[in-house]
Amino acid sequence: METSKPARRRDTEDRRREGLESKVEGFNERGRKAVRDRKLHDSISLFTNKTLTGRNAQLGAHPDAPELRERAYRTKQETMANLDYYLSQMADAIEERGGNVFFADDGEDVVRYVGDLARRCGAKILAKSKSMATEEIELNHRLEEDYADLGLEIVETDLGEWIAQLAGETPSHIVGPILHMNKERITEILSGVSDEDLPPDVESLAAFARKRLREKFLNADIGITGANFGVAETGTICTVTNEGNARLVTSVPPVHVVVMGIEKVIPKFEDLSTFVQLLSRSGTGQKITVYTNFITGPRGEGELDGAEEFHLILMDNGRSKLLGTEYEEALYCIRCGSCLNVCPVYRQTGGHAYGSTYSGPIGAVITPLLKGDKEAKDLPYASSLCGACTETCPVGIPLHDLLLKLRNRQVEEGMAGRAESLMFKGFERTMKSPVAYKAGAKVGRLMQKPFAKDGSIEGAPGIRGWTDFRELAPLAEKSFRELWKEGI
Amino acid sequence: MRVALFVPCYVDQINPEVGVSVVRVLRRLGVEVIYPEGQTCCGQPAFNSGFFDEARTIGRRFLDVFEGERFDYIVCPSGSCTTMVSHYYPFVFENQALPDDRERAEALGHRVREFSDFVVNVLGVKDLGASHAGRAVFHTGCHQRRELGILNEPRDLLQNVSGLELLEWENEELCCGFGGMFSVKMPDVSTAMADEKIAALEKSGADTVISCDSSCLMHLGGRLRRTGHDTRVLHLAQILDSDGR
Repeated sequence: METSKPARRRDTEDRRREGLESKVEGFNERGRKAVRDRKLHDSISLFTNKTLTGRNAQLGAHPDAPELRERAYRTKQETMANLDYYLSQMADAIEERGGNVFFADDGEDVVRYVGDLARRCGAKILAKSKSMATEEIELNHRLEEDYADLGLEIVETDLGEWIAQLAGETPSHIVGPILHMNKERITEILSGVSDEDLPPDVESLAAFARKRLREKFLNADIGITGANFGVAETGTICTVTNEGNARLVTSVPPVHVVVMGIEKVIPKFEDLSTFVQLLSRSGTGQKITVYTNFITGPRGEGELDGAEEFHLILMDNGRSKLLGTEYEEALYCIRCGSCLNVCPVYRQTGGHAYGSTYSGPIGAVITPLLKGDKEAKDLPYASSLCGACTETCPVGIPLHDLLLKLRNRQVEEGMAGRAESLMFKGFERTMKSPVAYKAGAKVGRLMQKPFAKDGSIEGAPGIRGWTDFRELAPLAEKSFRELWKEGI
Repeated sequence: MRVALFVPCYVDQINPEVGVSVVRVLRRLGVEVIYPEGQTCCGQPAFNSGFFDEARTIGRRFLDVFEGERFDYIVCPSGSCTTMVSHYYPFVFENQALPDDRERAEALGHRVREFSDFVVNVLGVKDLGASHAGRAVFHTGCHQRRELGILNEPRDLLQNVSGLELLEWENEELCCGFGGMFSVKMPDVSTAMADEKIAALEKSGADTVISCDSSCLMHLGGRLRRTGHDTRVLHLAQILDSDGR
């Protein structure tokens, strides 16, 4: 693409030293590297385009989609307004069926509960199905460290999560954890844990994974899952998967632990008809996923399967402080990943550039909300505010408006850069008076003279964030207002 | 019909010819055009960067200037700046000490119309008898697409431009990567977004990009020139004003 006129091409490396652009660090630095990685770009496009096509066919074309979305939003709104009621209703329902319920304030609480449980059970192998809540608190890593004496083997059993675990990586997408890897890379990783080199075809790779994971399922002492939804009235945990691993994790080991974010509760069993439809149609472009599991407590009398012991951990970890605030809608998220797939920024950078468990627009919103602005200072700015996220969100979260509010929150907290703050003070002064505005334009015309060449501004200080990458047209000889005065 | 022109600051200063074309087209349609000379900027750059206080000062000034005029509609040749006034003034004046700013913003916001929306939906005109020889794609700015929902109007107008072949391009709905300050804060990612648009543009075989937003065109045009393309970028009003060019 960048072929002709080589003389005008300039190296875009290491030229940004001054002006308004963000420092080349954090998201900016990681994004900068990511956009130069063609393999990564191809892998992201493959996944997001396929999922989006499916999403558009299954949800976009669904005649009831607007109504479903509205119903989901209202249900979430009502649930959050009475969250304590629904959580205690759910806890009661589970305890009534012989299950245990634990309210965890944060990740520490979860780690301690699961670690102590493992100790009590004499557990060695913990089999997990995909759970973003446990990724959020780095459960595996923390258990291995804090409970090193137990020598626990913690195995992710979702194929993508397992491969990420083997590679020592974190998921780069809420739904497709290893969408950033191509087949060659996956072959390499799996061959590394096999006795022989595996052929790079999907069937052989899947067969190998199935064999290996089967051993783990059969020997696991504790199964750990997340929850896509938790039903308050019945205490039912709903998990939505395509691999069936959650079914094995919850039925083979004698103990089942669920780690569920408190915002995942929905009031009634019938609400699942709204949410399961929205989740599968937006998340993977399927009418319904291959396995939709409903688990209500431990194995009951006369029942053929299910864990003997059941533990539900209801995790807060920063969520409840959003209740009743202007950011509450961020808690409505059902983790479908659809906002990542449509986000033009995510599509360029992938998930790891965000440097957080949750990436894409929802990650840019909830990471600063859950972990604090200082932990994710650049994320609210990692968006062109195009609004594709808000448009696609199946539960109606106004994602790009929340990003705007988070930017404002940083400014109010005094976190904006000095140069930028000064610039907008000057901007305010200039724009509130037509006299200052006209004077500013006059000064601009004078100042641009030494830098204007062939209809472009070149080498002007402070605007290299623009001019290192694109041509900048100079201010016109006469403004519109001058032309108007002269008569059009 | 009397219209107050709202000319975005970058159009005023960098692309004044777009404003001139808007005036000519509107006059040809029998509209009386006034231009409140006290106007400056809508404040969107500050707003998008999170500087809401500064945006409110500028927004209040905008309300003062336009409330002081007599007109049927405010017309603006930018989907983005129209959105700032019609959607984001009420947003930024929400929960403020002076609640009437929000009411003022809502009242004025209902009377601001993006140029193509005004021509097609208020004046009921789709054919301006314009001509333009070339093959073009149309880029809908994100605010125009999502906040305003103005999708068909520019296309209806362009279908009636003789000599113009309007082409489809891939992933038409993707942002051009401008995003105001985003373009300088995160220039690598922003440019990668523009490059994806340019790749689709090349594939389409178009020689011109048309839009209702000069800011998107400034970004795409600036990147096109930097990468050695001679593709033209033109505002819809300039195409419709073919007699005057």
